[in-house]
Amino acid sequence: MVEHGERVLLLGPSGAGKSTLLAGLAGLLARSGAGEAEGTLRTDGSAGIVFQDPDAQLVLARAGDDVAFGLENTGVPAPEIWPRVDAALAAVGFRYGRDRSTAALSGGEKQRLAIAGTLALRPRILLLDEPTANLDPEGAALVRDTLRRVLAAGAMTCVMVEHRVADALELVDRVVVIAAGGGVVADGPPDRVFAARGAALAAAGVWVPGPPPQPPPRRAAPARAAVIEARDLAFAYPGAAAPALDGVGVTIKSGRTLALVGPNGSGKSTLALLLGGLLRPSRGAARDGRGADLARLRARDLVARVGSVFQDPEHQFVTGRVDDEVAIGPLRAGQCAADARRRAGELLERMGLSSLAAANPFTLSGGEKRRLSVATALAAAPPALILDEPTFGQDRRTFGELLALLAAFRDEGGALCVASHDALLVEALADERLALVAGRGAAR
Amino acid sequence: MKLLVPLTPDPRAPLARAHPLAKLGGAAALFLALFLAIDPLTPAIVLAVLLAALPASGLGPGALATRAAPLALAAASIGLFNALFGDGGVAGGVAIGLRLAAIALAGLLSLATIDPTDLADALVEHLHAPPRFAIGTLAALRLLPIFSREWETIGLARRARGIDESSLGDRLRGFAERTLALLVGAIRRATRLATAMDARGFDSGLPRTIARPRAMTLGDGGWLAAAVALALGASGLSVAAGRWQFLLGQ
Repeated sequence: MVEHGERVLLLGPSGAGKSTLLAGLAGLLARSGAGEAEGTLRTDGSAGIVFQDPDAQLVLARAGDDVAFGLENTGVPAPEIWPRVDAALAAVGFRYGRDRSTAALSGGEKQRLAIAGTLALRPRILLLDEPTANLDPEGAALVRDTLRRVLAAGAMTCVMVEHRVADALELVDRVVVIAAGGGVVADGPPDRVFAARGAALAAAGVWVPGPPPQPPPRRAAPARAAVIEARDLAFAYPGAAAPALDGVGVTIKSGRTLALVGPNGSGKSTLALLLGGLLRPSRGAARDGRGADLARLRARDLVARVGSVFQDPEHQFVTGRVDDEVAIGPLRAGQCAADARRRAGELLERMGLSSLAAANPFTLSGGEKRRLSVATALAAAPPALILDEPTFGQDRRTFGELLALLAAFRDEGGALCVASHDALLVEALADERLALVAGRGAAR
Repeated sequence: MKLLVPLTPDPRAPLARAHPLAKLGGAAALFLALFLAIDPLTPAIVLAVLLAALPASGLGPGALATRAAPLALAAASIGLFNALFGDGGVAGGVAIGLRLAAIALAGLLSLATIDPTDLADALVEHLHAPPRFAIGTLAALRLLPIFSREWETIGLARRARGIDESSLGDRLRGFAERTLALLVGAIRRATRLATAMDARGFDSGLPRTIARPRAMTLGDGGWLAAAVALALGASGLSVAAGRWQFLLGQ
């Protein structure tokens, strides 16, 4: 039961049905037909919903047209459409004109536009399904600012699902916790709910307010040797006006962690690709400890020198089984099938994925996919591991597991490099930082 | 996969601003004239006039060249093949090459200057196309540049997994596997987009209104008339010169 004007944060572990409940409130379940339904759901007035993927919510090429889309669908007469579009754009603080190309917007601006598209329909209930989960910190701040503005302006009811609880708390006055298998576990003002259920929620992966997970205590690291060294690297994407990276030098050492930090578009991901030997620099070279140019190595030789983990694990899955996925690296690197199997078995055991060995990688949960992608990069035992936004969109439990894995790799003498927006990750692991600004190294 | 990214003409250019249906109608008239005539003169006249009209399209020379190059190459090589091995000899080969080039340029000028949103609006408003189809296609179109980026990323990720794509066999197998990986992500994203569209009342059975109604203007009619005049004029000149040859003639 949610009263008019209440702002509710809906919490629970993955798989508890938070998103399903929101979809039900939005009236999106009735037509799907699959599954079992029990009980009733009543809403007084229309509900509008905003989802998490900024690239899968906008329909039209121009910002104003996109806001008008819902109004056209619901049969609002043409003369009323544009005043309502302008009002919705103003309400969310959209900074550009109606003609702004939606493709040119940042993730945060896209979400802001999606909120405007929902508000234009004048819903009485605003439903938000992890609206900031796919955004970098600036984008998430932008969306929170928008929501603060929108909720302050009217008496709209709001139900929100959000993993990063601390950031959402200022927007809500009530927290409801649901459990897998159904049922409300806790319900009330935020302080009371977290006092009673905080520890259990943290264990279930929810980002409750309070100290973040810490890596295990550091063991003495062996001598620090340079494992990857790059001098004066430059790279320009074809057709781009300015180089993505210009004159950056980096050394990645064994037993140490280098964090690449900087805003969106500063060149972190490009640098990670260059250090991983995946892109060929337009100037300079990334070399391994023996002086070989990584970008010129054959792929099967590369996997034993450096492992790369991409932001989206699905991009790097190439087989139909979890165990094959891990074995493919050692096989490519020239190990015999039996050795590759043994290595895959060990790694899956360590990652807690043994029971899923025969599953299709694409069917795993988000946290499992992330652990599998790290396992695949470690499979050919490279001395260096490079990760691009490894904690992006992960729950608290996966974050903690990942920290432990990476710290163990480093303590065994591995050279670690992470490109990340995640201040918690950088804080927990970084020995050195390279801040990038517009493709140039700013400070160490 | 770069070909998936749509061309964007300068929106102020006269042809870019013309009504999409005028451009489609004009292209249809030219296609018909080029289809019916197999002599070299008719397509040569059409081609010359279309080339002269290029600046009105608002397409940048670079973007135009990348799109036109494969089409021109195809037209030239088919023409050359027919000149060498066809029944019509060199003259026949030239005629076929010119014809294909004119058809390709007419298609490029009309289609590449149509803004997809305007086209969908026009189809729904004037031709009463079902919005489910027209707007749905539009939404799918928006995802293409994203897929183009993901295609590149998947290629890099495969190298990171130890998969070389240097030999032709590797590349062919790689193409199939990359396509599969792309499709898995594409279907998932498209499903999410469809849900988001549902949530905003798309295809809910209510009568839909049109936010951007657009009548055909005199200028739009002018473009259509110009294209029809070009189709008739080129054919007429060719007939007058005694060179016109009918597709099914001797």
